[in-house]
Amino acid sequence: MSSTPPGHAAARTADASQVAQAVLARHADEPGALLPILHELQDTLGHIPRELVPQIGQGLNLSRAEVHGVVTYYHHFRSEAPGRHVVQVCRAEACQAMGSDALMAHAERTLGCHTQGGHGSTSADGRFTLTPVYCLGLCASSPALVVDEKLHARMTPARFDQVVARLGDAA
Amino acid sequence: MSSITVYVPRDSAALAVGADEVAAALQAECKRRGIELRLVRNGSRGLFWLEPLVEVGTPQGRVAYGPVTPEDVPALLDAGLTTGAAHSLCHGVTEQIPYLAKQERLTFARMGVTDPLSIADYEAHEGFAGLRAALTLAPEAIVQQVLDSGLRGRGGAAFPTGIKWKTVAAAQAAQKYIVCNADEGDSGTFSDRMTMEGDPYMLIEGMTIAGLAVGATRGVVYIRSEYPDAIATMNEAIRRAVEARFLGADVLGSGRAFHLEVRKAAGAYVCGEETAMLESIEGKRGIVRAKPPLPALEGLFGQPTVINNVISFASVPLILARGPAYYRHYGMGRSRGTLPMQLAGNIKHGGLVEKAFGVTLRELLYDYGGGSASGRPIKAVQVGGPLGAYVPESQWDLPLDYEAYAAVGAVVGHGGIVVHDDTADLAKLARYAMEFCAIESCGKCTPCRIGSTRGVEVIDRIVAPPTNGKRGPQHDKVEQVALLRDLCDTMLNGSLCAMGGMTPYPVLSALNHYPQDFGIATPSRVAA
Repeated sequence: MSSTPPGHAAARTADASQVAQAVLARHADEPGALLPILHELQDTLGHIPRELVPQIGQGLNLSRAEVHGVVTYYHHFRSEAPGRHVVQVCRAEACQAMGSDALMAHAERTLGCHTQGGHGSTSADGRFTLTPVYCLGLCASSPALVVDEKLHARMTPARFDQVVARLGDAA
Repeated sequence: MSSITVYVPRDSAALAVGADEVAAALQAECKRRGIELRLVRNGSRGLFWLEPLVEVGTPQGRVAYGPVTPEDVPALLDAGLTTGAAHSLCHGVTEQIPYLAKQERLTFARMGVTDPLSIADYEAHEGFAGLRAALTLAPEAIVQQVLDSGLRGRGGAAFPTGIKWKTVAAAQAAQKYIVCNADEGDSGTFSDRMTMEGDPYMLIEGMTIAGLAVGATRGVVYIRSEYPDAIATMNEAIRRAVEARFLGADVLGSGRAFHLEVRKAAGAYVCGEETAMLESIEGKRGIVRAKPPLPALEGLFGQPTVINNVISFASVPLILARGPAYYRHYGMGRSRGTLPMQLAGNIKHGGLVEKAFGVTLRELLYDYGGGSASGRPIKAVQVGGPLGAYVPESQWDLPLDYEAYAAVGAVVGHGGIVVHDDTADLAKLARYAMEFCAIESCGKCTPCRIGSTRGVEVIDRIVAPPTNGKRGPQHDKVEQVALLRDLCDTMLNGSLCAMGGMTPYPVLSALNHYPQDFGIATPSRVAA
């Protein structure tokens, strides 16, 4: 962390490090603890900051490469902080059969995000992160999506706009 | 006025269309009218086009209304919802709705009927009868009952459950494990999710019986991160089951131990492959292991491990409670019992249909599903998830049976049925199958890791419009189709697991049955 401005970033790193310390202590004796630890960190911090990778490795007697490998292998884990709202649109077959491609295109235009090849992105203003998701198990009520952990099914572009409008933190 | 009992599902497919808002509106409106309301948050009946499905208890039985919006609530109460009176949203007595009445609900008998977290409700509906029976049996007798039932793995591979259990039972080890694969990643499937959200004790009971049968004292349920409601419900059900001593150091005072915990997955489709799942539970990247050794002998943390799908475990309590002959009596050929099938995608009446093996796709699509949701003709049906074949109309009268489907190069899999109408482009769906494989491949073997990416490229070249002498590469369609078939052959035969090994199923079935979508007149070779 040598980049400027150091003030905020350094303080955030220190906080995150304390969180990691507590999480590591809680799972110390659990076999195969890495995934539960990463989940708890992401649930608390919103993502898994890269700066924590050495600390996690040390706590579990793993190499940095092993921890990095796990964080980056799973689609669920994020190394970057997401936007204020996370929108996940299902792209699997059942939703495709009910127009999820058009819904995704609408979401990309509306939120100012792009998705490609399984990856998501965050809008320039940091308000939204949009990612594809492969099946929410709502396949009889397609198309489906998640906005900030709330599920929505039988979605249409018009209903999507209503859901976004209700978020109520427009710039 | 006396109190009324109203049921509003808590299944996430009901929540996703506003069930919580409907429940809140009912509570507010009943309070305003001075009606004493007992609100039960049940599981879903699996009639998803009617969700939120509100039921009210009447002397004639539970009466169904749906799909209900919060705005409908005052009018429903005006019409006499509390007595099950007629209304345009009323469907009569729930159990008499043909979609439900025609099913053979063995595993899903309690689904939507009970409060998922109520142990008393569960026991009042035959719950824990299987476990109590198992506790009176020797371990080998439990295994024998599962063998005799003919139950085969419901995750998709259809391996006989009893044989797997027998292998683990015979293995010698200080610690054995029971692992439930709840990484239900197939599009078009939700029966695992419904079970965990709507009848969690059934899964707990099935896994505990497995533990008793093979001598395992620890169990893990590996649940996908896309199912937060299932994770929360399972955790709460386990907590209550421990408290009531159905789980723990001394199961129902038998002196036998069984401890169960939930592990949350992290969004990797390939972790539904059993060895990749074990790696993930051990805290590593979900990379597929080479077999042998079989997980039954060297599984979780290198110990003998029973790995079954949610529905396999959930089928066991009834087999123990009513005997293997009862279960075996359903089904056909070597496919015994029932399969909770899931009608999804472009279908008018999407939902859960549990039927004995032998039902046809045509019956499911029209007698249950009511045709497409769009009203257009159904063109293609993908059975068995993203790695399952597209089944054309000429095969819709085949009985759903593991062997009958295998004979035409298709799979029953986990029972997911995704319907596409005539606007579907099968070349695009074939390309998606390859793209999905490229995104989700664990990367261990070359046919899957590289083959999937090359597959996307070849399909792009096949469907590319002719360049008509303009600049750019000109590809011979026939040559490219031959190349795609050759690539599929390599993936089928050379991949380490089903991810790369079955991705050719949707691709080849699309190519064979819908060649016109690839811009070719007839199949260049008829092969599956």
